[in-house]
Amino acid sequence: MLNWLTIDWILLVIVVWLLIGVAGIVALRRFRFVARVLFPIGGFVCLSLAGLALQALGNTPETAILPIGLPQLPFHLRLDNLSAFFLLLIGGVGAGVSLFAAGYFRKGAGTPPGLLCLEYHIFLASMVLVVLADDAYAFMVAWETMALSSFFLVTANHKVPEVQKAGFLYLLIAHIGAIAILLCFGVLQANTGDYTFDNMRAMTLTPFWASTAFLLALFGFGAKAGMLPLHIWLPEAHPAAPSPVSALMSAVMLKTAIYGLLRISFDLLHTHVWWWGGLLLALGLLTALFGVVFAAVQTDMKRLLAYSSIENIGLLLAGMGLTLIFHAYQMPALAALSLTAVLYHTASHAFFKSLLFLGTGSVLHATSERNLGRLGGLMHFMPWVAWLVLIGVFASSGLPPFSGFVSEWLLLQSFLFTPGLPDSFLNMLIPIVAAMIALIAALAGYAMVKFFGVIFLGQPREEKLKEAHDAGIWEKIGMIWLAAWCIALGLFPNFLIGLIDSVTVSLVGAGLAQQAQSSGWLFLVPSSIERASFAPLLFLLGIALGCLLAYVLLRRLYHGGLRRAAPWDCGHPWQTARMQDTAEGFGQPIRQMFEPFMRLTRKIPTPFDKEPVYKVTIEDHFWFWLYLPIAKVIEFVAGQVGRLQQGRISIYLLYSFITLLFMLFLVQK
Amino acid sequence: MNALIPQLINLFAAVILILAFAMLSQRRILNLIHLYTWQGLAVVGSTTVVAYVTDQHHLYYSAALTMALKVILIPWMLHRLINRLNVRWDIETLVNIPTLMIVGIALVVFAFNVALPISRFSETVAHGTLGIALACVLLSFLMMITRAKAVPQVIGFLAMENALFLAATSATYGMPMVVELGIALDVLVGILIMGVFMFQIREQFDSLDISHLEKLKED
Repeated sequence: MLNWLTIDWILLVIVVWLLIGVAGIVALRRFRFVARVLFPIGGFVCLSLAGLALQALGNTPETAILPIGLPQLPFHLRLDNLSAFFLLLIGGVGAGVSLFAAGYFRKGAGTPPGLLCLEYHIFLASMVLVVLADDAYAFMVAWETMALSSFFLVTANHKVPEVQKAGFLYLLIAHIGAIAILLCFGVLQANTGDYTFDNMRAMTLTPFWASTAFLLALFGFGAKAGMLPLHIWLPEAHPAAPSPVSALMSAVMLKTAIYGLLRISFDLLHTHVWWWGGLLLALGLLTALFGVVFAAVQTDMKRLLAYSSIENIGLLLAGMGLTLIFHAYQMPALAALSLTAVLYHTASHAFFKSLLFLGTGSVLHATSERNLGRLGGLMHFMPWVAWLVLIGVFASSGLPPFSGFVSEWLLLQSFLFTPGLPDSFLNMLIPIVAAMIALIAALAGYAMVKFFGVIFLGQPREEKLKEAHDAGIWEKIGMIWLAAWCIALGLFPNFLIGLIDSVTVSLVGAGLAQQAQSSGWLFLVPSSIERASFAPLLFLLGIALGCLLAYVLLRRLYHGGLRRAAPWDCGHPWQTARMQDTAEGFGQPIRQMFEPFMRLTRKIPTPFDKEPVYKVTIEDHFWFWLYLPIAKVIEFVAGQVGRLQQGRISIYLLYSFITLLFMLFLVQK
Repeated sequence: MNALIPQLINLFAAVILILAFAMLSQRRILNLIHLYTWQGLAVVGSTTVVAYVTDQHHLYYSAALTMALKVILIPWMLHRLINRLNVRWDIETLVNIPTLMIVGIALVVFAFNVALPISRFSETVAHGTLGIALACVLLSFLMMITRAKAVPQVIGFLAMENALFLAATSATYGMPMVVELGIALDVLVGILIMGVFMFQIREQFDSLDISHLEKLKED
């Protein structure tokens, strides 16, 4: 008992989760028990997982073999630095989301609570197994379990037709991706028939096959991550799912795809070609730009966040592309810098996006409204949720001193170093890329202002909003936990960079931690103190002083009184809530500028219309240009194949007969 | 050893082949069952001879099992079935028997062609009969395809099983006992299920004509 390895304890965590799930099934409809006992226990188990992962970071890899599954084909598990880092995220985010879920799930909605509890904990356990898996078989089993459990979670309200549609779309794309991943493992094992990652690590592939494996992995994991053009399921599935589930999916499940891509491109493949990085960079930037533009024009709060997730995944992919380029050109220090930025952003996005999704969950519960056009002014009625979401919004917009700033700053820093590359063509291209990243970051801020402003500021657009209640105690605890991390990661970046160090050392052979802390613990220095540094605590001090000064000046020098007026009054004599800026109005400039990105249908009323209705729908070009044609072709082919199905037994027997004759003929040859 | 004995095996095999052809062209359901019974008997004879020649005791058990199952039990069940279904005197219209025969002959030639290289490697006494067994499999299959009624199709299926058994004895002195028992049981269960199935078909469509099942197809 006492000489258990960390990995054994992590397996115990999985077992406890599964037991909680079973307990949920036993107490299928005892709502209070499931919500108040099982989910919090699951949350504390998450916390212990995070602790275990913290302990494992920087240690030598541990392995374990589980004799389950098919005979002769046990599960190989391995806990190394990369998996420990992602386990840390699963544990950290999972804890907050589980605690929130304890207060979130209500009676009477779709799936019974006990079943949700089972699916939720299986989802968590499968993500842990994905990260731990050390052979293709275990990986695929865990990967598919993850897809299936999240499918059932997405379709928790399965009686709603849109939810069904979203669920099936998700399942379809998840499976197409899984096929690509399976093929990728097939290439990686290089015809040895041994599917353990150890064997794949030992293989050295020719550049052609290595590129094939990389492209397959990119396609497969891209489908899970929401990379263009496989992003189509994401804005459908995230709004359909219950908020804690969308939080977990966006914060952690998308990251398992990042994990997989990192695992394959840096750990299992040894050949590196520079154009992989270029491709990843281009795809990542396109994804990010596309995501952020669509986020800015959404009118559904969860869709907005879903598109924002696409944007962040794009940034992560772009950063990973840069790392691949540096790695291919044998520049370990710079590769370490950009990989650190990627991992930092992974962590940061995990925390703030789950916080934001949970916030939308609380708003949804209080108002039963997802449409931004019917929200507004909630800051007065739900101050806790509003302030906590504000922290997430700051982090998401990349404002200092929150976590998002550090990661985006590191990313930009790594792009600014590219003039050191030996390829002049890339050197010319990269400044444009850096400019695009700046554009994306700015647009992300724009989308976040819209998100927060339209929901929480101004006047309530509906009468019922005035009865909105603040979040319950469990929901608050969950959100406070996540918000605390958004702040902590922003204030003490060197702490997380120290943790990331062991990962980058094992993947690209260099670390950033020593450099980052070279000018004392106060400063974050990615390359040299002359070039750039960031001291979050000093910055916070500055902001605090500024605010204090402004406050004192206002109170002393200005008339000093507190004047209450209708918000966003703008000096009008009278004002209704309908006169405020709306979600459509706020997004309109972006819509105008980026019109070619989207497929707009607008219904504009004539001046003489008695009951004018303005309606704009924004759809995705990819849906019409890519998915529908493919669907048509498949339908046609399926119809042709369907002709085989005559319905007559004799015909079916004839098919087997002909096949048999053909086989015998082949045997004879 | 008497040189006639291997000839005896070939004789039985030839009888089985002839019976297969007879079944292919037989219109009367009752006669089909008789032919099937005879075929089973011929398989029993061939197996017994092989067992005697090679001194393989387990083949005696196989033969006994075949006797009990395919000569007594299954024909009895089939008789009962056609009585209860009241199709004892039914005659099926078969299209173009001569063409069917020619196709059958082509199949036999093909089967011999396929079996020749395989049986050359086999050193068993009965290796010459492998081609016949394969031909019988194909002929029974052809019979299943050409029949429109349920009972003849089931008999075709059973005849195919007979032929497979013959192939097993001729090529490798029979399958392991476990496999043989398993297959025997499968056939038994299969025929029970099909019996139930046929009652259902008749109840649903007032006829045993399988073409009615086309209506089940999804459009």
